[in-house]
Amino acid sequence: MDDLYREVIIEHYKNPSYRGKLDPHDISFADNNPLCGDHIQIDLQVDANGVVADARFDGHGCAISQASADLLMETIIGKPLQEVKHLNKQDVLDMLGIDLGPVRLKCALLSLKVLKAGVYGLGEASDSLVE
Amino acid sequence: MTLNVNEIRKDFPILERTTASGSRIVYLDSTATSQKPVQVIEAMNEYYRRSNANIHRGVHTLAEEATAMYEGARERIAKFINAAAPREIIYTRNTTESINLVAYSWARANLKAGDLVILTEMEHHSNLVPWHMLQAERGIELEFIPVTEDGLLDLDAYKALLTRTPKLVSFTHMSNVLGTVNPAGEIIRLAHAAGALTLVDGAQSVPHLQVDVQALDADFYAFSAHKMCGPTGIGALYGRTALLESMPPFLGGGDMIKEVKLRSFRANSLPHKFEAGTPAIAEAIGFGAAVDYLTAVGMEKIAAHEHAITEYALDRLEEIPGVKLFGPPADKKGGVAAFTLEGVHPHDVAQILDQDGIAVRAGHHCAQPLHEKFGIPATSRASFYLYSTKEEVDLLVTGLYKVKEMFG
Repeated sequence: MDDLYREVIIEHYKNPSYRGKLDPHDISFADNNPLCGDHIQIDLQVDANGVVADARFDGHGCAISQASADLLMETIIGKPLQEVKHLNKQDVLDMLGIDLGPVRLKCALLSLKVLKAGVYGLGEASDSLVE
Repeated sequence: MTLNVNEIRKDFPILERTTASGSRIVYLDSTATSQKPVQVIEAMNEYYRRSNANIHRGVHTLAEEATAMYEGARERIAKFINAAAPREIIYTRNTTESINLVAYSWARANLKAGDLVILTEMEHHSNLVPWHMLQAERGIELEFIPVTEDGLLDLDAYKALLTRTPKLVSFTHMSNVLGTVNPAGEIIRLAHAAGALTLVDGAQSVPHLQVDVQALDADFYAFSAHKMCGPTGIGALYGRTALLESMPPFLGGGDMIKEVKLRSFRANSLPHKFEAGTPAIAEAIGFGAAVDYLTAVGMEKIAAHEHAITEYALDRLEEIPGVKLFGPPADKKGGVAAFTLEGVHPHDVAQILDQDGIAVRAGHHCAQPLHEKFGIPATSRASFYLYSTKEEVDLLVTGLYKVKEMFG
């Protein structure tokens, strides 16, 4: 249980490396977690080879949702979009290094849902994107 | 005479249990749903063990017993809120369904495009969305009594809205976030003077205050059993007899009819007209047992106990640096303390408190517009009931210092 608030999560929450916006950007998408009103926006710059050149997130929410967004940005920079499309729930849990119950899982997965909805050009960040 | 909280707690077996980590449950989430005393659990068990049968149609022993228990509960619920007659109590699933019943039956028969319904900015989603749906369907207009910084309704703004001849004023008696106890009698009197009917969301008030629907002169009053020591799945709509009689049925089916032909039906009399299909019988019996339990303890004692706990909790929480409380002072509110802790999201607050078995709620508590009004996405909320103790408030305060330390 204390694991849920591992140093690394608190650290990424309090001092995120990738918080902010990108202007210009190639992809930008935002959505909410209806459960708690958490909000995440993700901006991406993609190079000519379809590789993520830079990524930023912005928004507000709990430590789990914000830390996972920061870790997710760190992970995808330098990766081809094709690879980003295949990220799933387990990848996020591996990044966080913790196990989560069903309620907090939604917090952790919000950034990945927003990212994939943006990459696929969808109108909504739905649960089915990360399962 | 004060309430003996140690004796009361013996009636609630769940308060004895511990979490996986060995902490005893500190239940501070009664606004979401209350815990249930053995008297209620046993009443429902007893019905299933001894008297289970479908109600109203049967002539055998079990059916008669079940019917008597189901209707007996209705009589006691009617008495509990001082309705003029049991037929003025319609069983529903919960407060939400009670409000929807009014929106579907009364409002669709009586409201047309341009008609005004007044709500407030502190409503639960259950008293917003049914009206949004009707607005989309009928083109009715909606206006909202504003909430002041102190978490009170702005009655001057309300009086100004009343000059626009609303058809209905629908408002919460007690806010589930701010805890504000609204001056329901005055709101209703002013509405009636302007020619409007009134619907009161009593989900939070009936469990905690002595409610008298006749003294209030309410036209409709909605509440749920599960917030007042009863089971989930059952609630009630109170309505004045003449009003309920004038309304078309809501759901169609068995039990709500007097006579059915292949191409027509005649609706049953009150209250059955609004109770289609086999109802939640055990739950209605549990609802009756809950009312008996609260009556035996005494609603005045319960209100006084909650007031003392709330006053103590607000004082203690205010001491904590970084805590911001929402809502009016203790003398204008029920047993609810919604707060934020600077630098920590309410979800994290709730999760860390849970480590020590402390159950609080985090989120927008089904009142998103109210949170937007105060410019915050979410709050943490501790709420109190007849079984809450000052020691539990102390544990909450200790827990919050622990949260601060983790996020230091």
